[in-house]
Amino acid sequence: MACQSGCYKDSSIGPEDSPLVTKKNEAPNDVVDDRRSTQHLDNGICFKCKVNRTIAAANGVGDFNGGDNGRFCADCFRSNLFGKFRLSVTANAMISPSDNVLVAFSGGTCSRVALQFTHEMQSKAQKNYEASRDRALPVFGVGVAFIDEKAISAVSSDDLDRAIEEMKFIVSDLAPPVKQFHVVPTEAIYSLKAGDAKDRLNELINAVSDVTGKEDLLEHFRMLALQKIALENGYTKVLLGTCTSRIACHVLEATVKGRGYSLAADIQYVDARWKIPVVLPLRDCPIHELNMLCRLDSLMTVEVFNGTHAGINGLISSFVKLLQEENPSRESTIMRTAGKLTPFHFNKMPEDNDYNGQVASRRRQKKYNLKTKDALPPESFCPICNSPLKISTFGTSINSDNRKTSSNAIGAACCASCQFQVLPKDPSSLEHFISLLPPPVSQAEYGDRLSQRQLREQIEDCLLSDNEDGT
Amino acid sequence: MEKGKGRVCSLCNEKRAALKRPKTLEQICRECFYTVFEDEIHRVIVDNQLFKPGERIAIGASGGKDSTVLAYVMSELNRRHNYGLDLFLLSVDEGITGYRDDSLETVKRNEIQYGLPLKVVSYSELYGWTMDEIVKLIGLKNNCTFCGVFRRQALDRGAALLKVDKLVTGHNADDIAETVLLNILRGDIARLSRCTSIITGEDGPIPRCKPFKYTYEKEISFCGCFVLDKQLSNHDDRPRAILDIIKSGEDFRISTSTKMPEQGICERCGYISSQKWCKACVLLEGLNRGLPKLGIGRSRGVRGEINSEHNANMKPANGTKNLQSKQCGSLDF
Repeated sequence: MACQSGCYKDSSIGPEDSPLVTKKNEAPNDVVDDRRSTQHLDNGICFKCKVNRTIAAANGVGDFNGGDNGRFCADCFRSNLFGKFRLSVTANAMISPSDNVLVAFSGGTCSRVALQFTHEMQSKAQKNYEASRDRALPVFGVGVAFIDEKAISAVSSDDLDRAIEEMKFIVSDLAPPVKQFHVVPTEAIYSLKAGDAKDRLNELINAVSDVTGKEDLLEHFRMLALQKIALENGYTKVLLGTCTSRIACHVLEATVKGRGYSLAADIQYVDARWKIPVVLPLRDCPIHELNMLCRLDSLMTVEVFNGTHAGINGLISSFVKLLQEENPSRESTIMRTAGKLTPFHFNKMPEDNDYNGQVASRRRQKKYNLKTKDALPPESFCPICNSPLKISTFGTSINSDNRKTSSNAIGAACCASCQFQVLPKDPSSLEHFISLLPPPVSQAEYGDRLSQRQLREQIEDCLLSDNEDGT
Repeated sequence: MEKGKGRVCSLCNEKRAALKRPKTLEQICRECFYTVFEDEIHRVIVDNQLFKPGERIAIGASGGKDSTVLAYVMSELNRRHNYGLDLFLLSVDEGITGYRDDSLETVKRNEIQYGLPLKVVSYSELYGWTMDEIVKLIGLKNNCTFCGVFRRQALDRGAALLKVDKLVTGHNADDIAETVLLNILRGDIARLSRCTSIITGEDGPIPRCKPFKYTYEKEISFCGCFVLDKQLSNHDDRPRAILDIIKSGEDFRISTSTKMPEQGICERCGYISSQKWCKACVLLEGLNRGLPKLGIGRSRGVRGEINSEHNANMKPANGTKNLQSKQCGSLDF
């Protein structure tokens, strides 16, 4: 089935391995065979297996992305892409056999592929488990989460319900093993009754005047919601479909927002500053490859909340798109440039992970040691967006005793970017705004750094002393 | 508040606001603008300890708005705050008919206006070739390479002739933000780590500094000619963006062990160079030997040729070979 020679780990994702492929209308090789007769190009042979037609040749189109469809056949392309996914999973110890992985699913291309690949990996592990004699290695569990942003997005509930039904179908179609599908509204980040929580969330979001700030805050809340689902349902990893293109955009966005210091934290394979570590296995896969895979394998995607960005984020994504058109490797250049920034100590899997103790699972881990310095200063985090704060800017104001007003304390505790684009300028509305914030979920169990909760309490003490009306 | 008229300066609350400040979008009057504009640059100079009393400082003057305003601000602040600096204007004459004549006139006006001694170094004086002659030889393509390489050296050479301690240039916040983004897009982590420093080349003979590092180009334009009809829309949404980019550039966690291209000295002229010969000497050699294409483009072979041809005992340039492609001086102040 798969290309015959030298193919990148062909056995792992041959179509017969992947239950989902059976649902496809046309198997990938049929695509190749069907169109072969219409093809006149002589050089349209996959440069990897040197047997099959390239995707571009098979489809009778030019190599419009200057990329893989002109070089690979469908099988080699697929295995190459999956290879990138698997390498990042194994190299960074993202998933261990005893893990329970929560895949964040928006319905879009990236998370669809992330879900598909995670599923393929799981079903392979399942196969190995059933075949092995001692059954020593358990199979990791997979759950899927969709964050329902109806409360803050202009989407009709009909459309949303339909989309959720489609997603349910996608997820159920991936079984076995059965994957639980969680649909949780954003306002769940408040531990309140649904209606109250919704009002509170809306009030908070409406208090942010800056478009970009609003968007960034929502993105943060999405993460909070994912963390909450993971925590409440016993997941041990949160898996995001963040791709190279998205990271390239984030690099420039962060740069323009003055978040140069914390940028390195956001773009690594592993982000364990959250209570449940977050992993980004598609970090090395550009969006056009993911789109291609969805097209090739007819992976169904669901567009719910339109992905268009506003403000700075929108500006950057159209800018990067333009750059990408001019130079197809621009996105990965941007990501690799930012990848050279020094990561934080929480950008690797926590060592004290219980499961690492198991010899059997340790045997399987090929950890590439992330270069982080041993003697790291304790990190403190922005109470709004949870990005690490530069010690110099933070230490001066928080540790000194001249916290005269509450807004001073809050201002000092937040990163400069949040201060500008999220926090209201006017002190009284600022206090109200802070009182509306959801409780933090982000207590990563690291070192003796300043506890974020403590910080919050300090702030809230100040708040109460200034303003009797607490909530 | 009425629309259009009657807006009062948000700083002094007295005069009528004359402009919306690009950096903060505050509506302020002309006088307050000059005050905050100059005070900010003063703060930058003091906070970063750019100068020491008694130093001789050359101001790179092209005749354009940035350097003209720089000359004005430097002489004004030096007088007002007693920096105790000896200021000089330094201009480069590339020898392009009809191009430099006007701007050199501007610089000469500045010389009189601010009472600063002016030194003009010309390509013909330094290299024996004017740009006009070079263009005649090599045509309209690629002549920017010559002009750029020669100008970079010319400023340093002129500064050496003036025996100054430092060279200040009119690079503004927009320039620096642009460089940060360009270096990210190009993947040049080494330059990314140093492109935001306010002083560069401190280990070299004549450090360069950029007092306008945090000054918006638009404000320089305002200060220069006070033209209000310029498009303001670009930054209206987020006036801080430029400063934020610079802040990001400063805050990037780049490990100090990031390898920088090794700097050596040109064997022919003694100018800093990562190669046996500096770029200007290679280009000049090409011109003088009638091979003007030498050293242009990415043809490492040709350049390697000249370096080995003239230095038979030259070390094998394995390590430095890769660096040859990084000649883009324009991105690195």
